[in-house]
Amino acid sequence: MPDPYVPKEAIGHGDGGTAALAIGEAESLERRPSAAPPSAGPPGAPVGKPRSLWSDAWHDLRRNPVFVLSALVIVFLVVIAIWPQLIATGNPYRADLAKAQQGSQPGHPFGFDTQGRDVYTRVVYGARASITVGVCATAGAALLGSLLGGLAGFFGGWGDTLLSRLADIFFGIPVILGGLVFLSVVTSTTVWPVVGFIVLLGWPQVSRIARGSVVTAKQNDYVQAARALGAGNGRLLLRHIAPNAVAPVIVVATIALGTYIALEATLSYLGAGLKPPTVSWGIDISTASAYIRSAPHMLLWPAGALSITVLAFIMLGDAVRDALDPKLR
Amino acid sequence: MGRYVVRRLLQMIPVFIGSTFLIFFMVYALGDPVAAMFGDRAPDPATAAQIRRDLYLDQPLGKQYLHYMGQIFQGNFGTAFNGQSVTELMASAFPVTLRLTLVAIVLEMLVGITLGVFSGLRRGRGIDTSVLLLSLIVVSVPTFVSGYLLQFVFGVRWAWAAPSVAPEAPLNELLLPGLVLALVSLAYVTRLTRTSIAENARADYVRTALAKGLPRHRVITRHLLRNSLIPVVTFIGTDIGALMGGAIVTERIFNIHGVGFQLYQGILRQNSPTVVGFVTILVLVFLLANLLVDLLYAVLDPRIRYA
Amino acid sequence: MTNDGHGGEGGGTALLDVRDLTVEFRTRDGVAHAVNGVSYRVAPGETLAVLGESGSGKSVTAQAVMGILDSPPGRVTGGQVLFHGRDLLTLRREERRRIRGAKMAMIFQDALSALNPVLSVGAQLAEMFRVHEGTSRKEARGRAVELMERVGIPAARARVDDYPHQFSGGMRQRIMIAMALALGPDLIIADEPTTALDVTVQAQVMDLLAELQRELTMGLILITHDLGVVADVADTIAVMYAGRIVETAPVHALYRAPAHPYTRGLLESIPRLDHKGRRLHAIKGLPPSLTAIPPGCPFHPRCPLAQDICRTDPPPLYEAGPGRASACHFWKETLDGAR
Repeated sequence: MPDPYVPKEAIGHGDGGTAALAIGEAESLERRPSAAPPSAGPPGAPVGKPRSLWSDAWHDLRRNPVFVLSALVIVFLVVIAIWPQLIATGNPYRADLAKAQQGSQPGHPFGFDTQGRDVYTRVVYGARASITVGVCATAGAALLGSLLGGLAGFFGGWGDTLLSRLADIFFGIPVILGGLVFLSVVTSTTVWPVVGFIVLLGWPQVSRIARGSVVTAKQNDYVQAARALGAGNGRLLLRHIAPNAVAPVIVVATIALGTYIALEATLSYLGAGLKPPTVSWGIDISTASAYIRSAPHMLLWPAGALSITVLAFIMLGDAVRDALDPKLR
Repeated sequence: MGRYVVRRLLQMIPVFIGSTFLIFFMVYALGDPVAAMFGDRAPDPATAAQIRRDLYLDQPLGKQYLHYMGQIFQGNFGTAFNGQSVTELMASAFPVTLRLTLVAIVLEMLVGITLGVFSGLRRGRGIDTSVLLLSLIVVSVPTFVSGYLLQFVFGVRWAWAAPSVAPEAPLNELLLPGLVLALVSLAYVTRLTRTSIAENARADYVRTALAKGLPRHRVITRHLLRNSLIPVVTFIGTDIGALMGGAIVTERIFNIHGVGFQLYQGILRQNSPTVVGFVTILVLVFLLANLLVDLLYAVLDPRIRYA
Repeated sequence: MTNDGHGGEGGGTALLDVRDLTVEFRTRDGVAHAVNGVSYRVAPGETLAVLGESGSGKSVTAQAVMGILDSPPGRVTGGQVLFHGRDLLTLRREERRRIRGAKMAMIFQDALSALNPVLSVGAQLAEMFRVHEGTSRKEARGRAVELMERVGIPAARARVDDYPHQFSGGMRQRIMIAMALALGPDLIIADEPTTALDVTVQAQVMDLLAELQRELTMGLILITHDLGVVADVADTIAVMYAGRIVETAPVHALYRAPAHPYTRGLLESIPRLDHKGRRLHAIKGLPPSLTAIPPGCPFHPRCPLAQDICRTDPPPLYEAGPGRASACHFWKETLDGAR
């Protein structure tokens, strides 16, 4: 049966979501039996000191400016998501209608929004919702996906078939549409319905990758040997197979984190994601979009913050993938 | 080959049922279609019960679903919020979205593949690094941001394109929205092509082609491209369905009265027949596109054709 | 069989004359010196076997001769490749391309990956005529069928539209050979042509190659790590180690008495029926990294005969008898010890 190494998963990213990127490239990583140490040299080129996949990857990453830069941005984002007061002393809710839509002025570098709230403060406080949704949704999808996918790949049989079909069903639903339908009936103003929805549609992506790498790892000679020597299923899974499946899952998850943040913002922009009073870049961009001709600054600042955040996570994932998968370099 | 198609078609059935049921469940079980009809007014209990009976809403969910699907297969998609039949709404919306998708796909192929081939052949050099970085940036800017930016720059500042599209949605007005819709996929096609070209450029058969003394352009077009584009073509195939379903944001920004626009209205007004009807068709399009891709894949790669 | 033209200087009969070729690869870990001053000659109808472990530079030399090095990172940094007396390295790219495939052809190790998976074998064979001779589509196809018949593919006419994966390993390698033969080249370079095949098929393919070579009086460079393959078909052997030729000799002379300790090590490491009961000798250690080739004689860390001079002075190629040479300071001792 043709199994095009093209991401079927690329669905529903149509616009807004950017899930497509995550998969296709990570899946090519999954096709490889186990990521070998980098020996992509000329014929007979020397292979350096043998290092493990992980220490080798770390060695490469530390020297990769893309990784260092994106990691620094992410650390910064996480810090201000936890303690926004560190760099923004104002109150994101304080509105001064007299200043509505005014541009940059001393003490208010990004100007004011249409209700006269300080855009800078709101941009800083907006990081919290995005990062929370991104991190929680990724953690949920990665855990659920790798657990289900890993077990299905390891044990095979009807459970495996069922899971694959189930994943197909979730892939069949366009992400943004599903989000609109599912979330439009929710009244909670917390981040949790959004997180839950993303996990619901995100796990199949991880489960496919995890399943694929477990199936490949299972066929490795050393796993067969361990089985022949009487190792039990639990031991096989934990000691021999899981380590092989972790790398691809980490890569997908890192890139997915970026795309989930974009997805949350898109849903919030459409009015179905986060709801006020939560401070969210998506909501602010949506509000500002009506005034793009008269006061573009209200849109540009949160849009810039959102794009940089997504970019940082995607670049991080890209760098990690390159490090773990030297063949693609 | 014939048996393969049949098997794939059979496999699609449970997926189709599952996906549509999930959407049906979300709309009918989680929302309240009757309450939505009355907007903010409280409905008269007797009238509400009557409507419920008329719409089959007093039945268990499974029965409702079966009834609904039965209606659909007889061509009856129900009535939209504005009193039009959903079928009429579809007849006006789908051609528009189809055109928009077409523009997006053509842009994806032309620009994405060209960029990907160039950077893949110059792997590791300046142009390659810039294309890679640019594609990451494009992927990172959500469509609703890039949409407003491009609309602002091209439509408002420079007035090169219409900032919003006329109801008939002529092709030339769809160029800018098509670009916005394509942007993320375009970046992805670029990266996929680039990776594929770079990987295949080192393949043994490319070395053979060189050793045969073929001119460089022939090595690239006949040997390298032919193999490298297999995954790209299949990606673009799956993207057709994805783009059609994902055009909500683009259609909203440019005020295009297509599928996404109608769906968005349907969701806002909680008009269940519109939402479920459109989504059902989209799921179907998506599944058929996937089937098409599998077949295309078999056509392009003889190793699968004869397997 | 012409067997002249090696060892001595001059001699205008050489079909291919490689002189002092050097190839480098620039990698992340530094510059890899893959080929360091290799010289060899092949006369029409002669078979030269190039023997060496993987990484000895034998394939890279061949790729440099063909002009199909991966560059970057590979680069020819010195030497000459004289083909019919013309230095290929000074030719323009287009001139070189016309020679490639037409006058000198190459056979690769793994035909499954060396043939294009998405094109029929007929199309890949016909391409040779279409590109180099501008033959019509129909005629090219007819000649492709003839070629397939010539290399012994049963039902060639029926199979011309099949794809590489539909053939067995031996048949695929025959198709590779057919492709190399297509335009009647003067020189064929066969890079481990039988390594990927089953033992029984190996002999058939090797026989076919030798037979065609005799018939068409082509020069053949046979690159291999397998001493067993060499003995039957080669006229001359060049043994490579760390990007250098360490010994060249007529095949029987070399088998009788190697003049380099590395060659001796290779010979002693193959099991032989007449030595039943004796221990096999393995060469201790590993080949050097090409980014850090030891000074002096590159083989000295592994050599049982190594003296101080070997650690400091790189040995030149000493003439070690009629038509043979050895890059060992102690070639005489080695030769005597072997006799």
